[in-house]
Amino acid sequence: MAKRKLRVMVAKPGLDGHDRGARVLARCFRDAGYEVIYTGCHQTPEQIAAAAIQEDVDMVGLSCLSGAHRYLFPAVKKLLVEKGADDIVVVGGGIIPDQDFQYLYDNGIKEIFTPGATLESIVKWVNENVKPRN
Amino acid sequence: MYFAKELLEQSSTLRKKWEDEVRKVIAKNPDQKPERLWTTVSDLPIKRLYTPEDMQDMDFANDIGYPGQFPFLRGNQVTGYRGKYWTFRMFSGMGDARTTNQRWHLLLKEGQTGLSTAFDFPTLMGYDTDSPKARGECGKCGVAIDTLEDFLVLVDGIPLDKVTTSMTINPPATALWAMYCAAAELKGIPLDKIGGTIQNDMLKEFIAQKTLMCPPEPSVKLISDTVEFGTKYVPRWNTISISGYHIREAGSTAVQELAFTLRDGMEYVEDVMKRKGLDVDDFAPRLSFFFNSHIDFFEEIAKMRAARRIWAKAMRDRYKAKDPRSWWMRFHTQTAGCSLTAQQPYNNVVRTATEALAAVLGGTQSLHTNSLDEVLCLPSDHAVQIALRTQQILAEETGVANTIDPLAGSYFIEALTNEMEQQAWDYIHKIDEMGGMVAAIEKGFPQLEISDAAYKFQQQIDAGEKIMIGINKYVSEKVEPIPFVEIDDRVEIEQIERLNAVRRKRDNKAVKKCLDDLKNACKKGENVMPYCIEAVKNLASVQEICDVYREVYGEYRDPGLY
Repeated sequence: MAKRKLRVMVAKPGLDGHDRGARVLARCFRDAGYEVIYTGCHQTPEQIAAAAIQEDVDMVGLSCLSGAHRYLFPAVKKLLVEKGADDIVVVGGGIIPDQDFQYLYDNGIKEIFTPGATLESIVKWVNENVKPRN
Repeated sequence: MYFAKELLEQSSTLRKKWEDEVRKVIAKNPDQKPERLWTTVSDLPIKRLYTPEDMQDMDFANDIGYPGQFPFLRGNQVTGYRGKYWTFRMFSGMGDARTTNQRWHLLLKEGQTGLSTAFDFPTLMGYDTDSPKARGECGKCGVAIDTLEDFLVLVDGIPLDKVTTSMTINPPATALWAMYCAAAELKGIPLDKIGGTIQNDMLKEFIAQKTLMCPPEPSVKLISDTVEFGTKYVPRWNTISISGYHIREAGSTAVQELAFTLRDGMEYVEDVMKRKGLDVDDFAPRLSFFFNSHIDFFEEIAKMRAARRIWAKAMRDRYKAKDPRSWWMRFHTQTAGCSLTAQQPYNNVVRTATEALAAVLGGTQSLHTNSLDEVLCLPSDHAVQIALRTQQILAEETGVANTIDPLAGSYFIEALTNEMEQQAWDYIHKIDEMGGMVAAIEKGFPQLEISDAAYKFQQQIDAGEKIMIGINKYVSEKVEPIPFVEIDDRVEIEQIERLNAVRRKRDNKAVKKCLDDLKNACKKGENVMPYCIEAVKNLASVQEICDVYREVYGEYRDPGLY
């Protein structure tokens, strides 16, 4: 039986409209052979968590360039855990200062990609670290 | 014909001789990279050499002309920068109104000549600081403004009749402009004495920046209201800043920025004429524009020159404007945030200086120079000062302001200007065929064109075909720490306390009446501006006004095209 394709969600939490990175990554994931769901901008953590579960994704990639990542990223992870979907991998990207990395890791964000990360390196990380959920 | 026939024949003969030599040289010493990679940052192919033959189809009077005359290729001002330099206008806003007001006074003291307001995301999106949607965002990307009380603190000690202020505000533009008008009135300054700009360009929000509230059609209606109100009562105000900046930051090419921005401008002109019945010459002179100055030096200069010429032709020939001031395109420029790198951040000073020089040679009327730390955080006082000094050095040391449009007549610049104009018109005509920009946006056309360009650029960076120093070449493992400006979470708590205090002390019945009146005006299609001014004077909040719009016109959600 053929292995199920990875299902990934690219999401823009909060009020930030800087979506260039999110759009580029959505295309990149599509070209990498994943099934991609892109939420568009201005999603609340509740909307993102609900959609991730409904769409049965394996990973949620959050993009935030407004500085609100310290609240928004952990909020998404917490809601997923509460809904019993703690095996959905959550990663983040955007303008994330180095000093915030540990705080985000401690709150369940598995990896953080900042400007300068190549598309290839991101896809490689996903291939190695995200497996289809059952 | 721009050149005499003999000169062109001579050029052609000499060119062939030169081309033979080029072939011989590159047979022995090949170029550093293949032909297809000598392109602009937007991927426009550039030739090794430009000659008189590349300009031979130009008509001097119609295509080049003189400053202050049609087609304004060489600039709007008859005297160039000798009468007045461009306005040094640094975009700034952070934390609460008091903190931003202090930054403004610092910048004015340091020689800034105009103000420009960055609002935080809740304000930009029309939410109050205590909205559940606003959590974690207060003061982070700009200043938090909920009511007129905040606004009065923001403009404290600012002479509103002397300094012009630009406000980067889109869906809630009517509310924030109403606050500015109300603040002026409270200071005893008549509306016809205040000057400034509201960005108020929703079409580019749907295309690129995604600060969204209502659907495109009613969004354009609100904009036409401000144009009408400004034309009648606030004649020194630029009621729209038709913006390419964000289109470019979202990943467009220079030509796409040029084409989509100008087509947006045409959409507004058509709507105001049709909806408000105003004569084009009544309002067109107050339309203003806003461009990006990216890292490809000549492409940017050509883009700005082409923009002026396209607009002049469109206004004169397409909309039959008769007043030469309707033909001119005045614009602000900001250097490209997306060209800066978090890696080796001090290099950003050099990038910004180069981009600022391009904007000056392109003839901008106003300029923001990015600070070296803006890729990481809000700019520090020191970083902002370097950015402002960059403009002052260009203006007062380098001599570039001595003469007008110094690159005119360059075979390359004129050929590139022509090429970009032609490609922009192709896009404009394509959008016309779709039924205009609102229709094109509904089809997702400009959005997907930009996504294509952004993705292609990223692939070129990954492949090393386009270079960003510190990202894919000359990468350094050494981290250069820079001072990091952070907005404390206390700002949000204090801002909510202030908002609650206003809600307790204001006359809530009066507020409700103002909002009901605004709602009725919306339903009847009246101009909303007088109702907004009344509402903000009674301390209605930004969100309360925007909620009226959401209720009457409906909410627009990002369709998430990619």
